[in-house]
Amino acid sequence: MRPFDYQRATSFDDVSAGQIIAGGTNLLDLMKIQVMTPDTLVDITRLEGLSEIQAEGEGLRIGALVTNSALANDARVRAGWPLLSRAILAGASAQIRNKATTGGNLLQRTRCPYFYDTSQACNKRTPGEGCAAQGGAGRMLALFGTSEHCLAAHPSDMAVALTALEAAVEIRSADGETRQVPMHEFYRGPGDRPDIENGLGKGDLITAVILPSPHAGARQTYRKVRDRASYAFALVSVAGSVAMEGDTITQVSLAYGSVAPHPWMDHDVVQLLQGETASNALFERAADALVPDSAPHPDTDYKRNLLRRTFIATMRQLTGPGDTAGTDIARTQG
Amino acid sequence: MTDRFTMDEPQPRLLDETGQGVIGTPMDRPDGPQKVSGTAGYTADHPAPEGMAHGYLVRATIARGKVLKIDREGAMGLEGVLDVITDPRMTRNPAQGMAGEAPVQPADAVHYHGQPIALVVASTFEAARDAAQRLSVEYETEDAAVSPGNTRDTEVDDPETAGDFDAAWDSSEVTVDLNYTTPSHAAAAMEPHAAVAQWNGDAVELRGSLQMVRFNKKELADSLGIDASQVRILSPFVGGGFGSKLGIGPEAVAAAIASQKLGRPVRVVMTRQNVFDMILRRSETAQHVRLGATRDGRITAISHDDRVSNLDEEGFAEPVSQASQFLYGADGLSFTQTVARIAATPAGSVRAPGEAVGMVAFEAAIDELADKLGMDPLDLRLKNLPEKHPMDGRPYSARRLADCLTEGAELFGWDARWEAGSRREGDWLIGMGMSSAARSNVLVKSAARVRLTGDRAIVETDMTDIGTGSYAILNQIAAEMLGLSPDRVEVRLGDSDLPGASGSGGSFGASSAGSATFLAAKKIRAEIARKIGCSEEALTLQKGRARGDNREADLSGLVTEEIVAEAEIEGGKTAESHFSSGFGAHFAEVAVNEWTGEVRVRRMLGVMSMGRILNEKTARSQALGGMIWGIGTALTEDMQSDSRDGHVVTRDLANYHVPSHADVPGDMQVVFLEERDDWANPIQTKGIGELGISGAGAAVINAISHASGHRIYDIPALPDRVISSFGVK
Repeated sequence: MRPFDYQRATSFDDVSAGQIIAGGTNLLDLMKIQVMTPDTLVDITRLEGLSEIQAEGEGLRIGALVTNSALANDARVRAGWPLLSRAILAGASAQIRNKATTGGNLLQRTRCPYFYDTSQACNKRTPGEGCAAQGGAGRMLALFGTSEHCLAAHPSDMAVALTALEAAVEIRSADGETRQVPMHEFYRGPGDRPDIENGLGKGDLITAVILPSPHAGARQTYRKVRDRASYAFALVSVAGSVAMEGDTITQVSLAYGSVAPHPWMDHDVVQLLQGETASNALFERAADALVPDSAPHPDTDYKRNLLRRTFIATMRQLTGPGDTAGTDIARTQG
Repeated sequence: MTDRFTMDEPQPRLLDETGQGVIGTPMDRPDGPQKVSGTAGYTADHPAPEGMAHGYLVRATIARGKVLKIDREGAMGLEGVLDVITDPRMTRNPAQGMAGEAPVQPADAVHYHGQPIALVVASTFEAARDAAQRLSVEYETEDAAVSPGNTRDTEVDDPETAGDFDAAWDSSEVTVDLNYTTPSHAAAAMEPHAAVAQWNGDAVELRGSLQMVRFNKKELADSLGIDASQVRILSPFVGGGFGSKLGIGPEAVAAAIASQKLGRPVRVVMTRQNVFDMILRRSETAQHVRLGATRDGRITAISHDDRVSNLDEEGFAEPVSQASQFLYGADGLSFTQTVARIAATPAGSVRAPGEAVGMVAFEAAIDELADKLGMDPLDLRLKNLPEKHPMDGRPYSARRLADCLTEGAELFGWDARWEAGSRREGDWLIGMGMSSAARSNVLVKSAARVRLTGDRAIVETDMTDIGTGSYAILNQIAAEMLGLSPDRVEVRLGDSDLPGASGSGGSFGASSAGSATFLAAKKIRAEIARKIGCSEEALTLQKGRARGDNREADLSGLVTEEIVAEAEIEGGKTAESHFSSGFGAHFAEVAVNEWTGEVRVRRMLGVMSMGRILNEKTARSQALGGMIWGIGTALTEDMQSDSRDGHVVTRDLANYHVPSHADVPGDMQVVFLEERDDWANPIQTKGIGELGISGAGAAVINAISHASGHRIYDIPALPDRVISSFGVK
């Protein structure tokens, strides 16, 4: 770890003085292995007004410093947006969730092992250096939205849930103006600058996430498939909210995790499902539309079939009589 | 004077006659309070000696070649940096277990990506790591094969055989011919490797996290080019070893060199990434199992061939077929090993080398043979237990394998087993699987000293406690033999100035160091008998009081001057006349998600016979731990490396998946069957730690096949592999 200056922000004016730190659950790891070497850390955890979950209309305004634990356990979230609760609890460990914040979770870096290993070329770490993941070991890489410069996947569970829930990110810029950016527009693909992961500019600070009212009567779930039962990043995940009238799907909202450089959405799939009668055949067709014909890296080819099956299983769960009832293994689903 | 004892014939079961009543009890480990309160002196936690500097190992970032230049001057300009050390005495990797000599010292040669090539020493750990990170190194690179499938450099051993396998195979009525793969494994001990070195004149004291102090002392001395008498090693607490701390590590040798050069104490602590790069892994394996049988289920042919890998000049090869050679009988048996030489982090002993991965394949193949025969896999195993060791004809010393299988089946409810692939709960398919368990047992030369003054005893040996419970069981043996309450016994371990023990490895520590402690305490008993004037046979020691032949006395009054007794044991004729192994049976029930391929173990049972149990609690913990590693082998553990330069890709515990709590069912049962192994050692014990893992993974893999109706050949059973096994899109 390199020596760094530590400053405590006392007002919003201080935030552009360096690298922002809140929970630090990802940043400190990256600093130890010197993937990130900031000269100055600006601790924003004492800024006021960022740690509350407030009702806003039928929705919620979630302060950027609300911890993952507080958000997942909030009674309103559990009742109205259980998908968000489940997604957060599917990630990390209780200790990490106690420290990790809402804003920080959105900005966590990829877990691509080539990004983490400074002996390996990585355009995300050092623009223009190359991408050693091309031709390397790539089980955790992305399936969609990659470029020749970067194959990395975004690891967040929470961001996938927020995308499916059509949330927006509230950003305060250096001049004090506040804007809202929908989740599906917040991130940018890698293109030729995979080091730039979102539209935040200098002096911008995420101040909140705005959660709109849930769709009335919708069933929600977050289905995460991983290499062990907990404390692992997703291989694929599906966040879904579906409302039905009889057998007809009247509203559907879906996002997919660990398959792209950011939470993935597919409007064609939504169009295909909307207004249709739920059936296995429909889900098969939608899965055909969702899953690409090939993977950008041979090691992620398995994700095509796994995403397909996880998508179908999730749709069956959201539209059918349910599937995990009667087993004692529901605890490992969270 | 040290009594030397050779295990040439069975010994009386004295521990069944003594009266204190602490042997075998689930006594809490005496070192427990220190561990849970953070006061146990693990190497890097130990208070830093005055003036200590911090070293950080620099790794090579090429697969093979030579270091041409290291920019020492550039690094020396960084704040806090004291030195950048390269030295021909530095070692490329840890010593193999029980080597007793220096590991390869490559000088400027690079043999694998991740090899330590220099040590940066600085006034803080952070400064050392930063300088190591920034250090500019020029290499000359050479081409090298980094994966076993790509190298032409292979060594094919002569087959080990009994009978005529080819003839038996050709005449078998039912056969299976199967191929399996298992990946490399990391030992994944919780405590990363660490060392603190300090010189006093021409002698070095090294505090380290090491499993085998007696050997490590020689290895360090040989590495440094000094006499073993100039080395003292202290390793009182080890935060898990699992084989990875058997031999002296590069951190220890580098710390000693740096401390000598700088004239001050130097501490070298590996980061988790260093551990993955530089510490011996378990080799990946490719296994070929062929089994033949008669139609009525008598096994006639057994062959288990394997290919493993290692770096040049490493003598170790994962003994994959070890248990396959003595579990079941056949007319012809054949085992051939191939070692592929590759430029990658070298391989060595990792938790039950051989059985941990060999039994997964072999016992899965036995299961598949049972399927093909239309037999219950339990019955097939019971039907084929040989009378004698199938390879060399030795009788078994003590073997309750049949009892483990049948009692396990009854406890687990095996007879309720249903047709494969026929039971579901929602999207989850349910299955039961089982496996035999076996781990051969050995006695390793070991010495111990016991001191008695009044009713207080001290046990001294350089044996280590790697979390296994050595402090507890050596206390219990001495307390039992001397008729003392355990709180009157102190156990001192992990100091090379104490009598040399086997060390912790191969599950032989408790039996070997325990027997030495037993023999030393037995000498004290003889002395007490003499003091009160009774025969040794008539002596009873209980609650601090000696009795015999109508005489009695309190030890506190009787032993006013310290009695010191030292004993050493080594294996003898019984190892030639009889074959000793722990045996057991594992049972598992799993749920397999038919959509996602996720596997959840729902319950597990291990029934084991492994000689006398010295401490029911620590033995149970060992067995449970082994079974959990079995879950890891079957489901999660997968050390990946890059196929171009061989570097380890899964370099931390977020990416190298040991089982998490959620992977381990609440219902984990362990049952020990009563047993005494008279041919093993004078305390009739056998190794425990590794039996728990041996076969446990196979029970899980077999349960998956039973749940889904499809077999898994590439281990671990990751979700995508389980889906692929279904053979559907």
